[in-house]
Amino acid sequence: MRLDIVGSLESITRVRGVRGAMIVSAEEGLVVAESSMEGIDGAAVAALTAGVVARLGRATEAAGRTAPAFVHLQAERGALLAVPAPGDLLVVAVTDAAVNVGLVRLELRRAAEHLA
Amino acid sequence: MRVIEPWVAEPLERFLAESAARVVLLTTSSGQVVAQHGFTRALDVMSASALGAAIMASTEELGRLTASGASRSLSHQGPSRGLFLSAFDLPQGRWIGLVVYDRDSSLGLVRLFFDRLVGELQAVAPAEVPAREVLAADFENELNASLRSLFGR
Repeated sequence: MRLDIVGSLESITRVRGVRGAMIVSAEEGLVVAESSMEGIDGAAVAALTAGVVARLGRATEAAGRTAPAFVHLQAERGALLAVPAPGDLLVVAVTDAAVNVGLVRLELRRAAEHLA
Repeated sequence: MRVIEPWVAEPLERFLAESAARVVLLTTSSGQVVAQHGFTRALDVMSASALGAAIMASTEELGRLTASGASRSLSHQGPSRGLFLSAFDLPQGRWIGLVVYDRDSSLGLVRLFFDRLVGELQAVAPAEVPAREVLAADFENELNASLRSLFGR
């Protein structure tokens, strides 16, 4: 299981432009596993991403929609992508600005399916 | 929010805003209250500070006995609220932070911003004040003064 998780994260970080990937416990905002997060404060990314996704979930719920299946935060110098996974987890990627978002999303969803 | 030490106010206010914590209690390791937010009764504060200090003392001793190292923080997740308890060092000695949070926050956020709070407190804390003899009368007066500061009575 542990190797599966690491393997899934590595297939995300193999995508050009991805700086790191991690699995985060959605409720607690803690890092479960991470890959290639050099220069990135993993604990801070995990806590803040879980907070954002939880709030977005509540916002979409209030709007009568289901929780987001994919979260994409685009910043000036990069992006943060997150996909909910079974077991109250999130698969998260931190990327550069020039990244194939579609491909990263695909890998994030594959990793989320692996966690089922 | 009520504080005994004025230099604690700004970092604590920032922590409350960023972490969305519901209740915060800062005490010395002996359970003397330094700041509180979210408590409405003096008795609750005194009980919580005594229990927090006792839990941290027990945890540290357990860490020593089992050679697992002294634990500086612990958390408990309840059905709707979580509790985070952590000890940290200042020139004034060891302090303890007790934080209660709900679904507007998370353990990760509380830990993240608590670490920042500790860093800010360490940066603004005045140099250590030399210890003086504590007399029974002073103790009573100081206790009453602290409670007045914390509850405005």
